[in-house]
Amino acid sequence: MFTLKLYVTHFFFLQSVENPASFQAEKINHLFNVFNVAAAAMLLLVCVLVTYICIKFRQKKDDAREASQTTGNKKLEALMIGIPTLLLAYFFWQTVSVENAVAAPLHPAQQPDVIITGHQWWWEVEYPASKVITANEVHLPAGKHILMELRTADVIHDWWVPQLGNKMDMIPNTKNYLQVDINKPGDYFGACSEFCGAQHAWMRIHVIAQSQNDFNNWLDSNTTNAHQPTDSLAMRGAYLFQTKTCASCHRIQGRNAVSNYGPDLTHVASRQQLLTGLIDNNETELFKWINHPQQIKEDAHMPDFIFDKDSVQAIAHYLAQLK
Amino acid sequence: MSESVNIPEPSKAFPGIGVSTDQGLLQWISSVDHKMIGIMYLLVSLLFFVIGGAEALLMRTQLALPMNHVLSPEAYDQFFTMHGTTMIFLVAMPAIFGFAVYFTPLMIGANEMAFPRMNAFSLWITFFGGLLLYFSFFAGGAPDAGWFNYAPLNQKNYSSGPGIDYYTMGLLLTGIGSVTTSVNLVVTILHYRIKGMKLNKLPLFVWMVLVNSFLLLAAFPSLNAALAMLLMDRQFHAHFFNTSNGGSALLWQHLFWIFGHPEVYIVILPPFGILSEVFPVFSRKPIFGYSFIAASSVAIALLAFGVWAHHMFAVGLGNTVDSFFSASSMLIGIPTGVKIFNWLATMYGGKIKFTVSMMFAVAFLVEFTIGGLSGIAFSIVPIDWQLTDTYYVVAHLHYVFIGGTIFGLLAGLFYWFPKMTGKMLNEKLGKWFFWLFAIGFNVTFLVQHVLGILGMPRRVYTYPNLPWYGILNFISTVGAFMMGASMLLLIYLVFKSKKSGEVAGNDPWDAFTLEWATTSPSQLKNFDELPVVHGRRPLWDWKKKP
Repeated sequence: MFTLKLYVTHFFFLQSVENPASFQAEKINHLFNVFNVAAAAMLLLVCVLVTYICIKFRQKKDDAREASQTTGNKKLEALMIGIPTLLLAYFFWQTVSVENAVAAPLHPAQQPDVIITGHQWWWEVEYPASKVITANEVHLPAGKHILMELRTADVIHDWWVPQLGNKMDMIPNTKNYLQVDINKPGDYFGACSEFCGAQHAWMRIHVIAQSQNDFNNWLDSNTTNAHQPTDSLAMRGAYLFQTKTCASCHRIQGRNAVSNYGPDLTHVASRQQLLTGLIDNNETELFKWINHPQQIKEDAHMPDFIFDKDSVQAIAHYLAQLK
Repeated sequence: MSESVNIPEPSKAFPGIGVSTDQGLLQWISSVDHKMIGIMYLLVSLLFFVIGGAEALLMRTQLALPMNHVLSPEAYDQFFTMHGTTMIFLVAMPAIFGFAVYFTPLMIGANEMAFPRMNAFSLWITFFGGLLLYFSFFAGGAPDAGWFNYAPLNQKNYSSGPGIDYYTMGLLLTGIGSVTTSVNLVVTILHYRIKGMKLNKLPLFVWMVLVNSFLLLAAFPSLNAALAMLLMDRQFHAHFFNTSNGGSALLWQHLFWIFGHPEVYIVILPPFGILSEVFPVFSRKPIFGYSFIAASSVAIALLAFGVWAHHMFAVGLGNTVDSFFSASSMLIGIPTGVKIFNWLATMYGGKIKFTVSMMFAVAFLVEFTIGGLSGIAFSIVPIDWQLTDTYYVVAHLHYVFIGGTIFGLLAGLFYWFPKMTGKMLNEKLGKWFFWLFAIGFNVTFLVQHVLGILGMPRRVYTYPNLPWYGILNFISTVGAFMMGASMLLLIYLVFKSKKSGEVAGNDPWDAFTLEWATTSPSQLKNFDELPVVHGRRPLWDWKKKP
């Protein structure tokens, strides 16, 4: 169902470079529009000249005269070089000024508001000030200058949300930074933009921009430990999660599960989608995924386990309670 | 011929195009005749074009609908990697070498290449390199990390199959062939020109081949070094690029693009040369601004080594570095772009004959302008930050490689086919081919600009069902199949015309340069008699004053 909602949201609010929603994206979009006008003019000029010359100077049937044998024209050549040079000089000036506005120099002491780490094929999200760790759905406050630190746990990934502006690679053993000022609350979508292996296609980004108040509330609710299982099925699920292999890859805050090889699951049930947007988040979908991961997201690092259906049901039921 | 200098005469011991030895295939395999080798280069290129094109069609079939399941992610990754690698190293470059080794001696009044045996060696090592690369499909999987094969995805811990080992070995072999051909062309052009043909009277195609050969000689060492290092990483546990052992991911990018960007010019300069022959002949005028075109190609070759990091604006090199490479990339756009106006000015005031060759040349002007302008977009760093690694790049690079390189090569094919076979390449069917190919090409790639702006990343095996994604991708797939159909038509056209085409004669286009002063095709010894060269259009001068 969420997929449908997603389609409708996108339809009325296109996730496009031409629909900027942050200070950085607006700056770039303005430059892009100016460039597009200049480029269109240039293309039009070439098309008009090609058409005109092709019609005007076509060899006519009984015209045996020789064409004029001109070999050059110094003035015309100077113009042909001069005009593009001036145009490009303007765009270079624009390039430098927009670059400095979008990626302003950082103060060495400035701490990142959020640290995002790319994994094959999911996003780890950490808020260092409040020590909240989550995954895939990135909550950010709107109307605030945000510094993002970008890292990778394995290969090169790339963070890109078209409406929020520039992209930035995540390079192994390196920290990269990205600044963003989101204009207003809303859902913004993007995708990993550097080829990172088999499931590069399903490494999509969902940014949920909230007002500062909503964001703070969300952050508070996420500092808490995971809920304890309430019914017996969930308890069995929690037991299986811990004793079978799940806990060796996934983190659940408050339990003995601390790995970051797979996504954090502390409040997994409060997310809208799973697997970076591949499936909806509910108990049925969770069941299908845990039962046969390689059928849902081929080559993902979660292998097919040999669980009986009841165990899968118990784990899915447990996870679906982790609001 | 009395005035020519020191042209080594081919010996009858070497089977060539004009010598019937009744040995069939063996004659082709053992030949060191530059004309036979040129044709074989073109056939190698055609073979791999069919394979690379089939890979593209499989990819477009997978992408025709959202959430499609024709290819598995792994298969898709192998196909897009092989498609890119094939089209660059086994289609564009062999096609360029084919025309270069066939026509360079003919256009400068020589009888052979400087090193005929090395010429044959280059062809076969390139072909074997290609075969080795493709053997990976049978050896456990083709390379799957993209044609630029970024570290650390190219390491054993992320790509454990043998594909990337075949990639390194295959490309090293074809690289050897490219380097030896370049040496051969440089020596031939510098040493074996007919008397009177000073460098400033060189036909522009030959001039571009000369500049290109130097460019290639300077660019390939970087690729070869990177490939050797990668092979050591994978086979001997070195860690140049292995980031989990302290290797550098960016080192690979630098080494690759120091080769990779000049490579882009390597595959466009010779087509520029072809167009600079085609436009004058079919406009019945000399080229407009010979000196600018010649000198600017040298400028391009030098600047080409200072633009590589514009492929890396998104890796976080910092504003200062990005700005430097932005400026150099804009700078190289000027000598490249202004040529469009040189060719327009060449046509202006002419008597234009719309042969198929000329139609491809004229279409090139528009297509290459589109590709050039989107290229300028990527030199503007903030725009690059938004659009790099999206379908906008896919559109851009295909407008440059197809709209530029392939359109230029096709203009060359229709222009020179009569010389190579003695038969005209059917003009009537040729026009059908032109329209089918040109329309198919634009249908395929124009919409991909929009997909990029809508946020679709490149190299994805599938995509979610978002507004416009499905329909635009479907249009693109329809265009791809039009291009596929047009290729079948071209192959039919080439073999039909070769067999039963209209006889061409020595000089069907009333052309300007020396290759048209001999028989079609020329005998083993290219020339018996040649005009004295005083100008840039020796044959034109000769026809005016017999």
